[in-house]
Amino acid sequence: MKSSVITFPGSNCDRDMDVALKKFGFKNKMVWHDDAELPKSDLVVLPGGFSYGDYLRCGSMASKSKIMKSVINFANSGGMVMGICNGFQILVESGLVPGVLLRNKYLEFICKNVFLKINNKKNTYFKNINNDVLEFHIAHNEGNYFCTKDQLKEIEDNEQIAINYCNKEGKIENQFNPNGSIKNIAGIFNKEKNVLGMMPHPERMIDPYLSGEDGSLFFNNLINNIK
Amino acid sequence: MTVNEQVAKDHGLKKDEFTKICELLKRTPNITELGIFSAMWNEHCSYKSSRLHLKKLPTKGKQVIQGPGENAGVVDIGDNDAIVFKIESHNHPSFIEPYQGAATGVGGIMRDVFTMGARPIANLNSIHFGSPQHKKTKNLLRGVVHGIGGYGNCMGVPTIAGQTSFDSSYNGNILVNAMTLGLVKKDKIFYSKAAGLNKPVIYVGSKTGRDGIHGASMASASFDEKIEEKKPTVQVGDPFTEKLLLEACLELMAGDSIIAIQDMGAAGLTSSSIEMASKGNLGIEINLNKVPCREANMTPYEIMLSESQERMLIILENGKEEKAKKIFDKWNLDFAVIGKTTKTKKIELYFDNKQVADIPVNTLVENSPMYDRKWKKAKLPKKIKIKKEDLKNLKIIDVLKKVLSNPNVCSKEWIWQQYDHTVMGDTIQKPGGDSGVVRVHGSKKAVAASVDSSAVYCWAHPSTGGKQVVCESFRNLISVGAKPIAITNCLNFGSPEHEESMGEFVECVQGISEAAEYLKFPVVSGNVSFYNQTKDEGIKPTPSIGGVGLIKDYSKMITMDFKEVDNIVLVIGKTEGHIDQSLFARNILDEKNGPPPEINLFNEKNNGETLLKLIDACYIKSAHDVSIGGIITAVAKMCINGSKGINLKKPKFLINEIEYFFGEDQGRYIIEITRKDLKKVTDMLNKNAVHFDELGVVNENQLYINDKTKVTIDELKTSNKSWLTNYMSK
Repeated sequence: MKSSVITFPGSNCDRDMDVALKKFGFKNKMVWHDDAELPKSDLVVLPGGFSYGDYLRCGSMASKSKIMKSVINFANSGGMVMGICNGFQILVESGLVPGVLLRNKYLEFICKNVFLKINNKKNTYFKNINNDVLEFHIAHNEGNYFCTKDQLKEIEDNEQIAINYCNKEGKIENQFNPNGSIKNIAGIFNKEKNVLGMMPHPERMIDPYLSGEDGSLFFNNLINNIK
Repeated sequence: MTVNEQVAKDHGLKKDEFTKICELLKRTPNITELGIFSAMWNEHCSYKSSRLHLKKLPTKGKQVIQGPGENAGVVDIGDNDAIVFKIESHNHPSFIEPYQGAATGVGGIMRDVFTMGARPIANLNSIHFGSPQHKKTKNLLRGVVHGIGGYGNCMGVPTIAGQTSFDSSYNGNILVNAMTLGLVKKDKIFYSKAAGLNKPVIYVGSKTGRDGIHGASMASASFDEKIEEKKPTVQVGDPFTEKLLLEACLELMAGDSIIAIQDMGAAGLTSSSIEMASKGNLGIEINLNKVPCREANMTPYEIMLSESQERMLIILENGKEEKAKKIFDKWNLDFAVIGKTTKTKKIELYFDNKQVADIPVNTLVENSPMYDRKWKKAKLPKKIKIKKEDLKNLKIIDVLKKVLSNPNVCSKEWIWQQYDHTVMGDTIQKPGGDSGVVRVHGSKKAVAASVDSSAVYCWAHPSTGGKQVVCESFRNLISVGAKPIAITNCLNFGSPEHEESMGEFVECVQGISEAAEYLKFPVVSGNVSFYNQTKDEGIKPTPSIGGVGLIKDYSKMITMDFKEVDNIVLVIGKTEGHIDQSLFARNILDEKNGPPPEINLFNEKNNGETLLKLIDACYIKSAHDVSIGGIITAVAKMCINGSKGINLKKPKFLINEIEYFFGEDQGRYIIEITRKDLKKVTDMLNKNAVHFDELGVVNENQLYINDKTKVTIDELKTSNKSWLTNYMSK
């Protein structure tokens, strides 16, 4: 299975993602933002970080960089594109997934483990995962997902909500919402479910010595589903 | 502008210093030259009050590759790997403008580390604020934490440990000390020593603006009521540019183009060019019209004294300019050939085809002033007398709750949750433990780091305090199973022109030296920050010690959380019940006098090394050093972190219960072991002549004292975790 991780100026989880993808069997290539063409890939990942310093708006300048044209074409033709954290912000800015990401409700950067309820398993990303709740790690300042009422209805009707912040038992309540996201949304799909944007970092949970191992579960499952 | 004594005085130069400059140059300097002298001769850059004493610090050791004098210290961790590390202060700017002051402190120290070719792998910080009741404290704390996070998070370097304290002596002068560790291959370390004639001098990074002019001079003076006017001397950070600069520099360093490289930190282009020339015993000629500037019409004076961030000076091999430029173009950074090395041993600056400065390098460096300031020796305070009836009325659990929620003991989660501590995917011990630990990427090794200071002890008796901080650092590394290698120190003091402050400095340094020498824990880098003083009020002497240690096999790393019910808990090291200067005495009894606990270096070393043997033999399930708040506070934190309880029993000897549990004797650790290993462990402790007491047994979720009093761990957790969050949300 071939994957590509895009490096934008200011990306800083690109290496971590490379390490994770390789660990679970992907043949991964790092792709420079200024390249025009994507290498042949089964999965394209927009990694976390502070692309273009998050100046103007998080993800907005990166969404206009050269490689993004190819990424958008790839996504529109059904290719799998996953954006993590800043990558999610880039997906939102490029219109591949609906909504916006606002500054966290308490105006502070948050770095901690969170529990996530898998809302939809009828897709390549979460199909065959036995758990209903995963423990991932978040590290962001602008992860407060927001959209209009109409958009929300559409997202819900199309089952585009991928994961919600919850407690260990899977309860989705306001008190388990770290950043003020509407409906505790932590990640969403596009309509076709081939594009996934999420704030949590599965790549930081791939080793018993790190914060946990639910990321391993996710990547193992992902490569098996793509095969 | 005509340069005279008054102009020199406005530049912070004393009358005799100005006379010396004129003698050395055999003429009056022009304004640009005067600016350069003031930048190089201020306390911050020249160490004129401290140099004499810093010489006493032990700086050599088997694993030391580079001691003080370079951008950072370097130690060998085997397999051709080395760790580059340093701590540095950014106190003055952080008080004036907390966000930018703290952010650029973090940026500056990371640059010091990657200048040497190392990729930063961990950040730490030691931050000290005034009394929580002081009107400025909350905003300063918030600004500093946002600034540290804003810069470090964007760089993608995890912040893995730190220290925060509150004390009214910092009301007018907060401390912000930032530390960075980087990883480098031993044969790819870069230095700042220029070499070769007619080599191109290259400027890379951000453009030069008018920010931070005289920043180093500002940091070399006390504050007064006009402090607000100093805002323009604080630099503005851009972590995005620094991230690009990091990647571009490392890319260039992978080749063989660089002869020398130096970051532009305090005193910007002035100190970077002069340091490189001085170390290489060469001259440097610069055409200031070639320096990329952010604003039009900048004068030579401004260009030379700007402290704009994210800039580097590089001396390249001839003919490598194009190749190097390509890399910086790729990362969208400025790249300009601004001058060359010369044999003149002078700094020669040109602007608009005219020479604007012509100064022999040695006058700025070797001939800079060095003072043997007067200092006063501190007396060991008399022991306080505690009335037994004062203790009788105290309920131990109530006291424990008060101690756990004390601002200097409580959980700092509110702070470190705002720092990305897991990026890079190698953080195996997060903030909140004794040390932060990161793996050496792709190996079995891990590096532990901690930062400590004990201003109260240093204030009560500087030489004992100095020793204690080094020992505390040693203990924090050992508690996670790391073998201590070396330290970096950030020496924060009041005005060196006050005999008492100077005395505190001299004696703290003596204490640090003595402990570092004995423990074979050399000082490889550091900085001195004097003038942490507002009018006549100085801070408590606060040397911060950043310790680095190695865990050869990270599967043996230790954490402090209690692991399993029914395990046995011991305290290693002798408990005498030293109450003077303890958190208990100062906060519960409101007794601020008395000597700090004594340091016995033999026990310190022996206890620590024996514990390392026990860890290596896999007997230790959890460990934590005993520091402020004494045994019971240490045990309570292990309970809270592990969500387990303990049945504590005070051994039957003649120490009062309060003194036993809250005393702050040194050289102690709490360890958790299984019942079946008890005999083997105690045999080993006895064999090594290490004193220990049996403290109790781990249980589900209650803390019992002598089977009588009890409290749930959840209650203790609430005491410990809520203070800071509540304080900041009010």
